Amino acid sequence: MLELVTVSLLNGIVYGLLLFMLSSGLTLIFSMMGVLNFAHASVFMLGAYLSYQFGRWVGFWPALVIAPLACALLGAAIERYGLRRVHTSGHVAEILFTAGLAYVIEELVTMTWGRNAVANPVPAAIDFPLFHVFGSAFPAYKGLMMAISVAMFVFLWLALSKTRIGLVIQASLTHPRMVSALGHDVPGVFVLVFAIGSGLAGLAGVIGGFMLLTQPTLAHAIGPIVFVVVVVGGLGSLPGALVASMLIGILQTFAVAVDYSLLDLLRAGGVAVARASPWYELLAVKLATAAPIVPYLLLVLMLIVRPRGLLGTRDA
Amino acid sequence: MRRCTRGVAGLSVAIAGLAVAASALADVKIAFIDPLSGGGAATGILAQKTHQFYIDAINAAGGLNGEKLVLLSYDNKVNPQESLIQLKRATDEGARYIVQGNGSGVALALVDAVQKYNERNPGKEIVYLNYAAVDPALTNEKCSFWHFRFDADADMKMAAMTDVIARDKKVQRVYLINQDYSFGKAVAAAAGKMLAEKRPDIKVVGDELHPLQKVNDFSPYVAKIKASGADTVITGNWSNDMVLLIKAGKDAGLKVEWDTYYGGSPGAVTAIGEAGVDALKQVSEWHRNATPELDASVAAFSKRYPGKENEYAYWRAKTMWEMYAAAAKKAQSNEPVKVAKALEGMKMSTSLGEVEMRTDNHQILQPLYVSTLAKGVKYDSEDSGFGWKTDAKVDGKATALPTTCKMDRPQ
Repeated sequence: MLELVTVSLLNGIVYGLLLFMLSSGLTLIFSMMGVLNFAHASVFMLGAYLSYQFGRWVGFWPALVIAPLACALLGAAIERYGLRRVHTSGHVAEILFTAGLAYVIEELVTMTWGRNAVANPVPAAIDFPLFHVFGSAFPAYKGLMMAISVAMFVFLWLALSKTRIGLVIQASLTHPRMVSALGHDVPGVFVLVFAIGSGLAGLAGVIGGFMLLTQPTLAHAIGPIVFVVVVVGGLGSLPGALVASMLIGILQTFAVAVDYSLLDLLRAGGVAVARASPWYELLAVKLATAAPIVPYLLLVLMLIVRPRGLLGTRDA
Repeated sequence: MRRCTRGVAGLSVAIAGLAVAASALADVKIAFIDPLSGGGAATGILAQKTHQFYIDAINAAGGLNGEKLVLLSYDNKVNPQESLIQLKRATDEGARYIVQGNGSGVALALVDAVQKYNERNPGKEIVYLNYAAVDPALTNEKCSFWHFRFDADADMKMAAMTDVIARDKKVQRVYLINQDYSFGKAVAAAAGKMLAEKRPDIKVVGDELHPLQKVNDFSPYVAKIKASGADTVITGNWSNDMVLLIKAGKDAGLKVEWDTYYGGSPGAVTAIGEAGVDALKQVSEWHRNATPELDASVAAFSKRYPGKENEYAYWRAKTMWEMYAAAAKKAQSNEPVKVAKALEGMKMSTSLGEVEMRTDNHQILQPLYVSTLAKGVKYDSEDSGFGWKTDAKVDGKATALPTTCKMDRPQ
């Protein structure tokens, strides 16, 4: 029992930090620019493919730097030549633009690398057990992922709250005219923010590429859960995204470990449900089986009870 | 035509072109209804190439009864509703045979639709050739005269797998993990029943169902398997669910024997690598080392479609088209009703052994192999250096199971 709890807790934290890594760029872009970027998961996927490609040419460690930089450059181009023009037409146009971009990236990836998963194994340098918990190995690459995820949080947090450029970025969101009247380059700030957000997605892609499967459906596989994290945490709140990621990661992991159903709960309370009852099938579903819908359940509950999210400052 | 483009655009142009070319000729039209986009596209497109390959071989040998075969492709996105729409399209375009394999949910919908179509359109009947959907119901309570299955069903595969387990005294504690839909439940039920019969001393320490193709990280499930103390995991998982499951197991250092249906899924051998040697098993109708030398048609296929993502996987398609051609020759007609009647009870000898299409439920009986991933075999998989080695071979006749099928036959 202690073994399962410890390993599950560890798995939950790993999954939570992975979710944060995926959603930090999205949160950054939304909080600083007010743009809900539907192409975020696609840039993440592109990061995975680029790291695979560069990894084959120049090795893993250079790829860990090159792939996110390439994604950041792409992000800057998207903002400068696409989003800036669309921005004047309002939020619906922005969302349509990024959603369309997601399809374009997916098709480009399919055309370039094919429909099947590419062989993107864990790099040998980080493919060893870091330590053992109750006989279960904890792979080093998961340790690296956790370190990168925490580093992302610290970097973003410090950059936004403690540096001058962070103050300018924050001010540009609420008072763009004033900031530009003071001589700051507001459009340049937006390009920078979008580039950093995309770069973070690319960095997450490098790690996510070998943790998950590098294939064209990767963006679809993680897209919805990333939005859940951002909404539950509070749209635009960085600490909120971290809390929500950990909450979802740990909840979902523990749900998998629980082999009890609502039926068992009712039985424990002295209520018997007949097998013929129309509710029997539904009540008999084990929590473990229902685990993957837990985040979405949380999303619906959050929107009903507290639409602004855990630490959000404005309503969704 | 832009055959070199690999994108959807190129593909759909090619398919549309094919359809136009086909309608101009009076040929035997065969509709391939399977996923050509989305999550199941990798397996669907590989199967499409394999069917095309064997149909081309039949045409190159002069066709059947003076006619050529034409394969038309329809993308169903592994969705039952979409499949029914595509079936309508296929019949409108004159298809008399349909070929499908991915997803038993789709197969159950199609069997029903084909039965109804044939009742309403006498003289224009269609025959359904199923090469991969293995829910036992399709040849039992849901059986149909118009449906022929060329893959062993989930129960037959489990029977072969449990025969091997029964002889292996190392197996003491078994964990079942399967996908939460008709096929996964059928695998779990068959495993529980057959283990209880053949090895009552084995303890089933877990029976897990997880959502179909939605799990990104199997680590929590692996933690549970580990905590249960299982020494063997039985799973019917396929595609991503197979690859991610064994990958999570490998990362956590889980030391178990993996008894799988689809350990040969594209990417699975690459994902588990060396950790799968002597541990990953599969049950299948063929593997690369089933015969001492690679079959000529397998070699020719690899030459026509090079690359890892085109690794040959559908031996049963070869059996299917050879049997189909033999039936059409025997019937001296390409008329579906006559071919179907000729297919019933048909026997054929192949390089792997005797195969037979059962008359009572239209289930093929073909040799089955239980094999283990091993080092130093002649033909490796996915350029990994590891390949499949036969543990046990079950002859076609011995795979037969009782059926509850009662089908209505046309006069």
